[in-house]
Amino acid sequence: MRRLVTDTVVIAERNLVRLPRAPELLLAFTVQPIMFVLLFRFVFGGAIETPGFSYVDFLIPGIIVQNIAFGGFVTALGLNEDLHKGLIDRFRSLPMARPAVLAGRTLADVVTNGLSATILIVTGLIIGFTFHTTALEALAGFGLLLLFGYAFSWVFAFLGMLVSTAEAANSVGFIVVFPLTFISSAFVPVHSMPEPLRAFAEVNPFTIIVDAMRSLWLGVPAGNNVWAAVAWSLAIIAVFAPVAVARYRRAVGQ
Amino acid sequence: MTDRLPDAAISVSGLEKSYGTVRALAGVDLEVPAGTVLGLLGPNGAGKTTIVRILTTLLEPDAGSARVAGLDVVRDAAALREQIGLAGQYAAVDENLTGLENLTMVGRLYGKSRAAAKRRATELLERFELLDAARRPTKTYSGGMRRRLDLAAALVATPPVLFLDEPTTGLDPRSRLQLWETIERLVAEGTTVLLTTQYLDEADRLATSVAVIDHGRVLAEGTPDALKDRVGGERVEVRLDDPACAGSAARALAPITDDSVEVDGNLVTVSVHRRSGAIVEVVRRLDEVDVGIEDIVLRRPTLDDVFLALTGHAAEEAENAQAAKHAQEAAA
Repeated sequence: MRRLVTDTVVIAERNLVRLPRAPELLLAFTVQPIMFVLLFRFVFGGAIETPGFSYVDFLIPGIIVQNIAFGGFVTALGLNEDLHKGLIDRFRSLPMARPAVLAGRTLADVVTNGLSATILIVTGLIIGFTFHTTALEALAGFGLLLLFGYAFSWVFAFLGMLVSTAEAANSVGFIVVFPLTFISSAFVPVHSMPEPLRAFAEVNPFTIIVDAMRSLWLGVPAGNNVWAAVAWSLAIIAVFAPVAVARYRRAVGQ
Repeated sequence: MTDRLPDAAISVSGLEKSYGTVRALAGVDLEVPAGTVLGLLGPNGAGKTTIVRILTTLLEPDAGSARVAGLDVVRDAAALREQIGLAGQYAAVDENLTGLENLTMVGRLYGKSRAAAKRRATELLERFELLDAARRPTKTYSGGMRRRLDLAAALVATPPVLFLDEPTTGLDPRSRLQLWETIERLVAEGTTVLLTTQYLDEADRLATSVAVIDHGRVLAEGTPDALKDRVGGERVEVRLDDPACAGSAARALAPITDDSVEVDGNLVTVSVHRRSGAIVEVVRRLDEVDVGIEDIVLRRPTLDDVFLALTGHAAEEAENAQAAKHAQEAAA
């Protein structure tokens, strides 16, 4: 067990060390999200009605959650790359704990998610976002974000292993992330969408998460949102972590 | 110094493996005494890499058994991983990490503390002359440097048994030589090595014993010299200035060979068993009978020659046939 923990940390460190050295990745975690925030706030913001809140308040939780989805998708790419180069063979011939490769990758994602979320919060604060709740609730929201991000890393780890090339992983990731994040309450109130999209948005876990974040950060009456979000996250981990590990075993078994 | 092992560091019996309908290994038996080098010689697709992957716990065989360092490759796989090092065809290093970071990471994955791993990494970098490049990302390394790093990574835990899968394929001659010297030093220190190669000269140089693999079977096993003798040894080819002298040339050279001297126009070919001094000897004898030499070449047998002698077809044909067969079976 102790080996699993140390090996996971070693792999997570390795994934994180690469970031500053791969400028494209770094941009995806820093500049790109900021651009999105500015785009939505200033270009679209005036046209979208969000009763009860300024658009910037409405937007920030949504955009952070979307950013997490994109971050998880970078996981998929990295894993896909690892699988198709000799490095996985090296790992497998070492006496390291088997699940550590996947666990390390998803752990590294928690760190990168935390990083990009922080950058977005700071950007948000600069352009007018404010927390309407207590520090404790704000922190709880941050924690929920990381939990959800961790859950989705496993989903993307699984997706990344379904495809055989980096380009395909890119496309699959995109095709999955786009509708999931946009057809949700992240950027616009759900009730403003036409009927079929609204139905999808209402059951979309992203909507539940974003609504939970808005409860914790803006004081929107919570109902069951926060607990539902936690439950969804745990359920996703419970389903996708074993599935991803099994797929990994199969992928390297030949 | 590496620990003493039971007599046979590697022993393989009846190994079989198929990928779907493709039969990669059709019953392989091998034995490698501790402290020696076994060269697996064969063309692409022969099954060499499959054997290595099974012995390094990356694959499980369909039938047969194998023991490495006294441990069963399937039942004792976890314990076995502490005893082996693997350096593959594609240097398995993380391109985004520096040499130092790569080796330190491997050390930590072997269970060493961060400090111990770093010390060992530095030691290896120095030994493999990579200290200057230690803090640069490995994607900036040349092919030869990457292979050296890959080999260093295989040695982090000082394994008693080392597996090298085509260690010098694609390298320039100088890097090849360097790598050979490094491997020879390791063997001198007691490491058992199993290496796969397509090059007879590599097997010749490094291996104590060679097993020729084709279509997932061992065709022949023996020392490199025994193998070359089977093929007719090495050949000195002399192009004479004057074809009329061929007769006296053949007579002059007959004493230095066990086989007959072949004559074809002005080309005289003689098989010799010992390379060293062969050319000098030929030149001396021909000079004694005043035969003029236009060109003289010492031709070493290649994998093709070995295959021709053993199977009746050339190694490249074997590769193509294997590829075609695999494609056929996969489509069926």
